[in-house]
Amino acid sequence: MPWTRKDLLGLEPLSAEELRLVLDQVKAFKEVSTRSVKKVPALRGRTVVLCFLEPSTRTRASFELAAKRLSADILQVQPASSSLLKGESVVDTARNIEAMQVDAVVLRHNSSGIPVRVAQAIRPSVINAGDGSHEHPTQGLVDLFTILEKKGRIEGLNVLIVGDVLHSRVARSDFWGLSKLGAKVTFCGPPPLVPAAFEGFGARIATRLEDVLPEADVVIALRIQKERMEEQMIPSFRSYARLYGIDEAKLARAKPDVLIMHPGPVNRGVELAPEVADGPRSVILDQVTNGIAVRMAALFLTISAQEPAASSKPAAQTAAVSL
Amino acid sequence: MIDPARKLDGERDLLIRDGRVERVGKGLSDAGAETVELKGLWVTPGFIDLHVHFRTPGQTHKETIGSGARSAVAGGFTTVCTMANTEPPIDSVPLLEHIQAEAARVGLLNILPLAALTLGLRGETLTEMEGLRKAGAVGFSDDGMPVMRAAVMRRALEYSRGIGVPVVSHCEDKSLSEKGIVHEGVVSARCGLQGIPAESETVMIARDLLLAESTGGHLHVAHVSTAAGVAMIRAAKARGVRVTAEVTPHHLMLTDEAVAGFDSRFKMNPPLRTGNDQAALWEGLRDGTLDAVATDHAPHATAEKEAELEHAPFGVVGLETAFPVLYTRGVLEKRLELPALVAALTCRPAAVLGIQRGTLAEGAIADLTVIDPTIRWTVEPVRFESKGKNSPFAGWELRGQVRDVWVAGRPVLRDRKILLQNGETA
Ligand SMILES: [Zn+2]
Repeated sequence: MPWTRKDLLGLEPLSAEELRLVLDQVKAFKEVSTRSVKKVPALRGRTVVLCFLEPSTRTRASFELAAKRLSADILQVQPASSSLLKGESVVDTARNIEAMQVDAVVLRHNSSGIPVRVAQAIRPSVINAGDGSHEHPTQGLVDLFTILEKKGRIEGLNVLIVGDVLHSRVARSDFWGLSKLGAKVTFCGPPPLVPAAFEGFGARIATRLEDVLPEADVVIALRIQKERMEEQMIPSFRSYARLYGIDEAKLARAKPDVLIMHPGPVNRGVELAPEVADGPRSVILDQVTNGIAVRMAALFLTISAQEPAASSKPAAQTAAVSL
Repeated sequence: MIDPARKLDGERDLLIRDGRVERVGKGLSDAGAETVELKGLWVTPGFIDLHVHFRTPGQTHKETIGSGARSAVAGGFTTVCTMANTEPPIDSVPLLEHIQAEAARVGLLNILPLAALTLGLRGETLTEMEGLRKAGAVGFSDDGMPVMRAAVMRRALEYSRGIGVPVVSHCEDKSLSEKGIVHEGVVSARCGLQGIPAESETVMIARDLLLAESTGGHLHVAHVSTAAGVAMIRAAKARGVRVTAEVTPHHLMLTDEAVAGFDSRFKMNPPLRTGNDQAALWEGLRDGTLDAVATDHAPHATAEKEAELEHAPFGVVGLETAFPVLYTRGVLEKRLELPALVAALTCRPAAVLGIQRGTLAEGAIADLTVIDPTIRWTVEPVRFESKGKNSPFAGWELRGQVRDVWVAGRPVLRDRKILLQNGETA
C-alpha cells in the first residue's frame, strides 16, 4: 500500500498500516543520518515553509534539519515578521501561504485544529507541527519509532503516559499511534488533567501512579506548565512532583527494562528527577535524534503524495531507490 | 390550514378584513374580496421567534433591523423578539424606543424588543422594569451575560410577577464555562478543545427554577441544551412552577460531533451537546416541557467567524432555515408531528409572551405563513437575506419552503419576494 495523504495532521486519522509505512520510511532515513554525507536529493527543488506561529526552538530546528537533509529549500515565517497572527481569518492565512508557491507548510499554532482548516483550503502539503492541545503527530511518530527501536515491538506493551493529558497534544498523538499499533495505554495524572472521555477510546485511566508504574514497559512523562497552578488544576509543583514525578525511589518498583521518555523540555525535579532524566533507562536523547528522521519521512511522504503538478514530482519509489 | 391553537388541520377558506381574520370556514365567498388561491399549500399562523439578535444599535455590520426583518420574513416569521445585548444594551426607555422606531420604519413584521434585566448587562442593578414594560418590552433578559448573582435574579423574578412578563434566562454559570468553546466530553477531549461542561447550564437552571418557585415569577429558560436541564424543567412544571422554555433548531439537529472538523459554523453558546442531550430535547419538545422553538439567530460578519475556532464569536443564524430544517429532518423523519412543529413556532411562543397572536381564529390578527411543502432546495447562505452567513446547515438539502407571508392582513412576502410598504418588491 502506498502513502496517499498529502497532509499529516494527526495520528488519529491514520490506520495501523499507514503508521507502519511511515515507521519503515523513518528507518530508511535514519540509516541515511548515520552516513558521513547525510544529505539526499529527495526534495531538491521543493520549498518547505516553516510556519511556527507559537514559539518553538526544538521542533523547528528538527524540521529545518530534516528539510535540509532532503535538499529542500526552506522559507521561515516568523510570527513577528508575518501578519499571520491570531485573529486573522484562517482562510486568509491559508491563501497567503499558498500564494508563496510552496510545496509544504509545516505549521505550528496555539489553537487546536488550525492545520486541519488550512489543509482543507490549500494545495500544498500541510504538516502539523503541533496545534493547541490537539495533536503533534511527528512527536507521536518519534515516540513510536523510539519504542520500536528499543523494544523491538509495540504490540502488547504497557505504555504509561503521566501528567497533564488534558492539555497535551503529544499525549493525544501518542495515544492514537500506540493504541492503533496494539499497545495498551494508561493515562495517569491529577484527575482534572486526565479527561475521563479517553476511556471511551480504550485508554485506561489511573489516579495513583504507584498502582500502574510496576507493570509499565514504557513511561512517557508529559511537561507540566506553570499555568496549571494558576488555574488550580494542581496545587503546586512540589505536590505534583511528590504524586506524579518519577524518581529513583518510585522506579525501584518498576520493571528493570522500563523506558523513560519525555517530549522535552523536562522540568527537572518535577516530571522527572534529574537522575532519572539522565539515567540508564532514559531514551530522551534518542527521541531527539529520531526526530530528524521522522520529520524527513513526514515531509517526503506527504509531498510525494501530492497531485501531480505541472512540474515533475518525485515518486516515492524512485527516491527510495536513490537513498 | 394548520392552526394548532384550535386543533385545526384541514382545507379551509379564510376571509381577512381590516387586518384581522373575519371568518374561517368552507365555501366562503365575499363579492368584494380579492381572492388568493392557495390550493395544495399549507397556511399556518405566522411564525413567532422568541429569541433573535438584530445587532442594532452598535453592531450593524453583523445585522440591521432591516436585514434581520427581511431574514425573518423570508423564514416565515411574522413576530420576532429582539434580545437586548446590543451596544449599548437596551436598558432604558429611550433605547427601547429607538428599536421600536427603527422597527416601525422597516415595517415588514412585528418586532417586539426585550429589555435588559440589569443596567449595562452587568448583573448588578435591575433596570426600570415597569417603565420598560409600559414602553413595550415583552420580557427582560441579560442574554449572553448570565446574571451570576442569585440575589439579583431573585429580585428580578419577584418584580416580574407584578409586571406580567417573563424573565428570560440564559442559564450559564460562567465560572464553569470559563474559556470553553465546545461541549466538554468525548469530542472536546479528542480535539483538544476547551470544554463547556453540561453543569454550566444545569446548575443555573436549577438555581433559577428554585428562585422562580419561591418567588412565583415567570422564568423563561432560553435555548435549553442539556438532557438534565429538560428533566429539571419537566419536574418543575409538574409541581406548578411558572416556567417556560425554548429550544433551538441547531440543538435539535446537531451534536458536538459536528465540531470535530474545527469549523466555527458549529460554535455557539450553549454549545452543541451529545446525542443523549439531543434525544432529550426532542422528547421535551414532544411532551411540551419545551414550549417553543426559538432560533437564537446570531449573525456575525464572515471575517469574524473565519478566525480560529478559539477566537471566532459564538452564534449561528437561523431564521431562514428554521422551518424547512425542522420539517425535513424532524417531521419527515418522524421525530415530531407537523401540527406540533407549527405549534412550537406559533401558539406556544405566543402563550409564553401572553400575546394575542399565533392563531388564525376568527377575530385574530391576520399574521399568516404560506408553505409549499413540495419545494426541494439546498441551503446556500450567500442567498440569505440576513447579513450573517454563519449557518450550520449550509449545504443541507431540504424539503418545504415558505412561499408567502402576511402580516396583519398585508402580504410582505409573495412567491419568495419581499414586498415593501408600497407593494413593490425589495
Ligand atoms: Zn443566550
